[in-house]
Amino acid sequence: MTVIVAKELTTALAALREHDDARLIQGGTDLMVEINFNHVKPTTMVSLRDVEALRTIRTDTAGILTIGSGVPYSVIEGEPVLSAIPALAQAARTVGSPQIRAAGSLGGNLGTCSPAGDTLPVMFALDAMIHLNTLDSSRVVSIHDFMTGVKRSVRQHDEIITAIDFPIVRGWQGYSKVGVRNAMVISVASACLVADLENANVRIALGSVGPTIIRCRESEAWLKSTQDLSAGQSISIDVANEFGRRAAAESSPIDDHRSTAEYRRHAISVLASRLLRKAYQ
Amino acid sequence: MSANEFYSLRVNGKTHQVQDSWVGESLLYVLRERLGLPGTKGACEQGECGSCTVLMDDAAVCACLVMAATAINSEIVTVEGITTDSTLTDVQQSFVDEGAVQCGFCTPGLIVAVHHLLEKNPQPSEFEVKEAISGNICRCTGYGRVFAAVEATIRSRNAGK
Repeated sequence: MTVIVAKELTTALAALREHDDARLIQGGTDLMVEINFNHVKPTTMVSLRDVEALRTIRTDTAGILTIGSGVPYSVIEGEPVLSAIPALAQAARTVGSPQIRAAGSLGGNLGTCSPAGDTLPVMFALDAMIHLNTLDSSRVVSIHDFMTGVKRSVRQHDEIITAIDFPIVRGWQGYSKVGVRNAMVISVASACLVADLENANVRIALGSVGPTIIRCRESEAWLKSTQDLSAGQSISIDVANEFGRRAAAESSPIDDHRSTAEYRRHAISVLASRLLRKAYQ
Repeated sequence: MSANEFYSLRVNGKTHQVQDSWVGESLLYVLRERLGLPGTKGACEQGECGSCTVLMDDAAVCACLVMAATAINSEIVTVEGITTDSTLTDVQQSFVDEGAVQCGFCTPGLIVAVHHLLEKNPQPSEFEVKEAISGNICRCTGYGRVFAAVEATIRSRNAGK
């Protein structure tokens, strides 16, 4: 087995081209568990840990925060993300423990592409764009097209996720998840809600309740058609609860070792209702 | 850089050669089995328990989730390197005084996590202490005595100023 510790992005990209068996490792919080338990035995590893170019947060485009795929969650929890994309900072703070947040990154969440990935609902609610590079090309893919199934994405073998664009939206936004305790929990159900006051609409995306993250387009459309969602409005408890019921109906959970489909649907209705009331209180 | 069977790591201020290893080994395994530093404990090997907490480039991480060969450019500090003299640190002494140690398995990880917290944040709130050790599982103490030890350390440091 060989480990290539890249310092430059091009070194890592060249290694992917050269080795068909190469696997990328960033923080290691998913892959090392599989290696420790002999579930996978990689033969070539490409480490992105020391690629500084992936660890930057940029604001060069107006209205967009671009976060490098290797920026650890311990950084995302704080400024400037906390003020610009509060739901993302909140989701980052719910990941694992301080030890996990010092290692894990958005690139890892996207690379693994688990429906329980904590930051993925935030990307879906904000219509984030994913930058992918190869040695000689680059493309930008909407998160809605990026994730195709449970641990499946459109990323090709020779591509590296370099950065994620998050639109900065004016209005309340938040992320909530349900699990057995606060720390070190893989979510049983999660939701990110974004109130876009400029366009008077609300977006909501759900995690852990389907093969991909689910954007509740019908619930969003129902809410917009029945409520004034501009600044200064309030939402009644009845409307919030109906919104919660509709969001739960759009989820598609299963029974597994972490919870049941029935409980997950109930959890989504409560999370969606509470998030909406917080957004317009 | 490509790491094969031979590479070196910076641990506790010294350069250590790692030899005859499989390069997929975790930092936890390499510290304990290759470098003779058994202070860092291994339990869950999936980042859940925090007993293998070490400092890597000044961040507290789970050594079980670090592929050792990827840490060749990093400075690593283990519980053995928290202090250079042979006496206990104030954090360690507070753990003893407050009875925050029972079976002892989580203790090295907690000691590293608490040292790291107090270095970054000398006057943490109760919530910040809880958050800082939320990745360290202790099944004996119920955490009350661990919190007491952290408080005692802060009190003695404040008094010493």
